[in-house]
Amino acid sequence: MPRLTKDETHPVRFTLNGRPVSVRAYPRALLTDALRHEIGATGTHVGCEHGVCGACTVQVDGEPARACLMLARQAEGCEIRTVEGLNNKDALSPLQEAFREHFALQCGFCTAGILMSLDALFSPQPDAEEDAIREALSGHLCRCTGYAPIVQAALAARNRIKGGPIDA
Amino acid sequence: MKPAPFDLVAANDMSEALEALHQGGTEARVIAGGQSLVPMLNMRLASPTTLVDITRIPELSRIEANTDRINIGAAVRQSTLERWPDLADRLPLVHAALPWVAHTQLRNRGTICGSVAHADPSAELPLCLIALGGTVTLRRRRKTREVAARDFFQGMMSTDLAPGEMIVSVSFPARKSSTGYAFREVARRHGDFAIVACAATARPDGTATLTVGGVADTPRTLELPADRADLDDRLNEFAWHLQARDDLHATARYRRDLVRKLGRETLKEALPCRD
Repeated sequence: MPRLTKDETHPVRFTLNGRPVSVRAYPRALLTDALRHEIGATGTHVGCEHGVCGACTVQVDGEPARACLMLARQAEGCEIRTVEGLNNKDALSPLQEAFREHFALQCGFCTAGILMSLDALFSPQPDAEEDAIREALSGHLCRCTGYAPIVQAALAARNRIKGGPIDA
Repeated sequence: MKPAPFDLVAANDMSEALEALHQGGTEARVIAGGQSLVPMLNMRLASPTTLVDITRIPELSRIEANTDRINIGAAVRQSTLERWPDLADRLPLVHAALPWVAHTQLRNRGTICGSVAHADPSAELPLCLIALGGTVTLRRRRKTREVAARDFFQGMMSTDLAPGEMIVSVSFPARKSSTGYAFREVARRHGDFAIVACAATARPDGTATLTVGGVADTPRTLELPADRADLDDRLNEFAWHLQARDDLHATARYRRDLVRKLGRETLKEALPCRD
């Protein structure tokens, strides 16, 4: 039976933004620890570390989830997507572009998580209603914007995603 | 890394999981979705020395629908049940309650049985399990037992689970004909823990039940006769009986008031649903 002992690091393999990665992690290491400390992918932010704030939200096999509530080992074999995977080469994605245009971020600490939840919402549902957008955002705390610009950005991005890519 | 150190056993089958839990005794905990346990680990409110990951055991990922019961394995995620096409028809109460369980991002990982094991007094899934008269199936080495939900929950975050034992499934009685079901909740924000949550069932003989979470240390049920002339008095008595306490989110008085008013509304919604 595979027992990962507490005092040693053990290999964990998953794909990160489409590329296979292998890291060594203690059993108690969180996915946020593996991403930020082992891989250096610091786009995923760490806020409350008990699942409330949403800053660390990433996509696990296409679905948004809290990276602070997953053990690194639980990502074994999964497809992990983070904010670093959103842009196309050096161009911002339509969602990121809309956030910039609508001032949907100020300090930006919550933004990476919000982008990952909205991206997961729009992928299967490019015509998501405002209710669904607000529902997705309900799992995130933003202490700067008051949320209105975030909703506006999400609505603008939805319209662009529906109409095809912008800034092509 | 916030949790205290632990060994992690990634069990491939039930015998591996049960052996690891047996060896770990009181210091071993099961992890599935981890949406309740990992916050406890991060805050070091729990510091087990062994964690047993059961999510890769194939038989625990099943939803089994029988004629009168729906059995949900310990690795079934809340979002998986939410997307089960028969949910609204077979388990209308759970269908109504699931969107209130935390946020999408947590339901994508959290399991039904994990919420039951955690036994938070405000949690919606233990409330539904008690309201419907469900059961919890527990297994340890060489012993399997089935416990009624009302006996399983013993207090705030305290259950009948023994050392070396794990939940393998929970079983919800499926919708019965001519029975109405309703769920209502008041929380500070959608997705927060309930200040008060109510689940009502209205049976064809006119009798009804109201089960309330978020007030006492476990969800509690009020049985109501077919004649409900004195409903307000009964609800008032029940509200006092639950011994609400003041906390950060609401006063005891506000909770009592919610039990009376939200309780009444939930019952009223369940009654016409009998078809």
